[in-house]
Amino acid sequence: MNPNLIIDASYFAAAFLFIYGLKRMSSPVTARSGIQVAGLGMAVAIIASFLYFFNVSEEAKPHVVTNAILAAIALLIGLGWAWSSGKKVAMTAMPQMVAIYNGLGGGAAALIAAVELLGGHATGTIELVVTILGALIGSISFSGSVIAWAKLDGRINKTWRVKGQQLINGTVMLITLAIGAYIIFGAHGQAPTALVIAFFAGALVFGVLMTMPIGGADMPVVISLYNAFTGLAVGMEGFVLQNPALMIAGMVVGSAGTLLTLLMAKAMNRSVSNVIFSNFGVSGDEQQGEIKGSQKPADAGDAAINMRYASKVIIAPGYGLAVAQAQHKLYEFVKLLQDAGVEVKFAIHPVAGRMPGHMNVLLAEAGVPYDLIFDMEDINGEFKEADVAIVIGANDTVNPAARTNKSSPIYGMPILNVDQAKQVYVVKRGQGKGYSGVENELFFADNTNLVYGDAQKVMVSMIQAIKSLEGGH
Amino acid sequence: MDVTTSITGFVALYIFMLAAFTGYEIIGRVPAILHTPLMSGSNFVHGIVVVGAIYALMNATNPLEQGIGFVGVLFGAANAAGGYVVTERMLEMFKPSDKKKA
Repeated sequence: MNPNLIIDASYFAAAFLFIYGLKRMSSPVTARSGIQVAGLGMAVAIIASFLYFFNVSEEAKPHVVTNAILAAIALLIGLGWAWSSGKKVAMTAMPQMVAIYNGLGGGAAALIAAVELLGGHATGTIELVVTILGALIGSISFSGSVIAWAKLDGRINKTWRVKGQQLINGTVMLITLAIGAYIIFGAHGQAPTALVIAFFAGALVFGVLMTMPIGGADMPVVISLYNAFTGLAVGMEGFVLQNPALMIAGMVVGSAGTLLTLLMAKAMNRSVSNVIFSNFGVSGDEQQGEIKGSQKPADAGDAAINMRYASKVIIAPGYGLAVAQAQHKLYEFVKLLQDAGVEVKFAIHPVAGRMPGHMNVLLAEAGVPYDLIFDMEDINGEFKEADVAIVIGANDTVNPAARTNKSSPIYGMPILNVDQAKQVYVVKRGQGKGYSGVENELFFADNTNLVYGDAQKVMVSMIQAIKSLEGGH
Repeated sequence: MDVTTSITGFVALYIFMLAAFTGYEIIGRVPAILHTPLMSGSNFVHGIVVVGAIYALMNATNPLEQGIGFVGVLFGAANAAGGYVVTERMLEMFKPSDKKKA
């Protein structure tokens, strides 16, 4: 039996299962089976790939047993580490885990290219161009994702930025491209090792330089962009290896990831190039106008009772809710309100949490059914009719300055219209600013009261207030 | 590169074009609540790179190539396994409201 036939058939099956799986993932009802279908495809492809054992090049024959053992060991370590870390990671820390797994994929694509280039395996011009491009994109995705992970994980806090940064970035990119061009057209793939290393070093440094100046609030867009990058790099190395499974899977992810990146950037009312090249995040506190009014505190119990007798309450949760691990308490409170006949809805800003849809995941984790949860466009018209809007751990996504204040750095970003509700409560820890560093006019509005405290503790006092009310008559 | 049937320039372009449209169509109609799981799911799918890394490692002829290939397989495997676990954990939490609520 020809092992190649089995390998090819397995890859065909894997490509089909990936696409079918992704398709099923695009509806909440079938999503879970979707990832399982795709997972089956992956298992089939990985097992089949060990059949290469019977079909290596002549020069590699003496090494093939060692190579196979090495492959098995690497596979087991990689699978084991990622499986256990993925099981353990808290849902709030999920975006940075996606970033790191994605970066590793980009790194793997770059390493495949490194083997091709260092061994002088790739020779044709087209083959070399594609190898070099894949190496470049994969390396940038790798080092950039590592920086994105470190930033989101709080390991790098400052936004590193120097004068003439774009000039430096541009220079590094040009030098890297020049080396790449020499490897292709000058050395025809037989470049000295030092040059190949210099090429990869340049690409890796560029990934770091490109990611360092980007503020934390923009990181989801960047992660999504690198996800698309890795897809493209994988697709390109798939062409070099003449492997259609890599080509198809890589390119599907490349285009899907690009679209997802554009959707995310659009939700923040910014273009992708704006995210990457502009200096959002630190320039924020420069030109802010005076805000009139004062912040009025409110007691958690009073706020709870007010909501208990409202007819419609809309909740605008943000990342602060998840950080305080208050989702479960919040849902308990919501159920009490529902039992009292209050109509409760959740309003989710497209970038609530740290990624589009991240808040939905966090609420789902707490058991909140997804038919109580509404996207911004669907619910923004309803705030006018709401008696109470309660903002928990959100800030920039409810800042009316985005609508009115042209000098605000978040001007133009679509926001939740919580300020249109009759009464607004804002649960927050202190008088700090939001992730973007912008002061929030909402907190000073006449119809806004602030409930200070840790979100979880506030939710507990709210639940107690309702329960003692029910028990007391 | 001589092991499988060769995919020449234009056939590769056709594959890339059709795959790109497929990816676009799949994501284009997805509700916002699934954006994060889908990003994670697509992150899992490009973990297929591990297969390419296994091929490269199998054909390694010297310690340098073996070393690079080893790390490549390690990275690719982590991408695939991590992507799968995180995506599945997210998706298993999505449930519609069942009994309660009139």
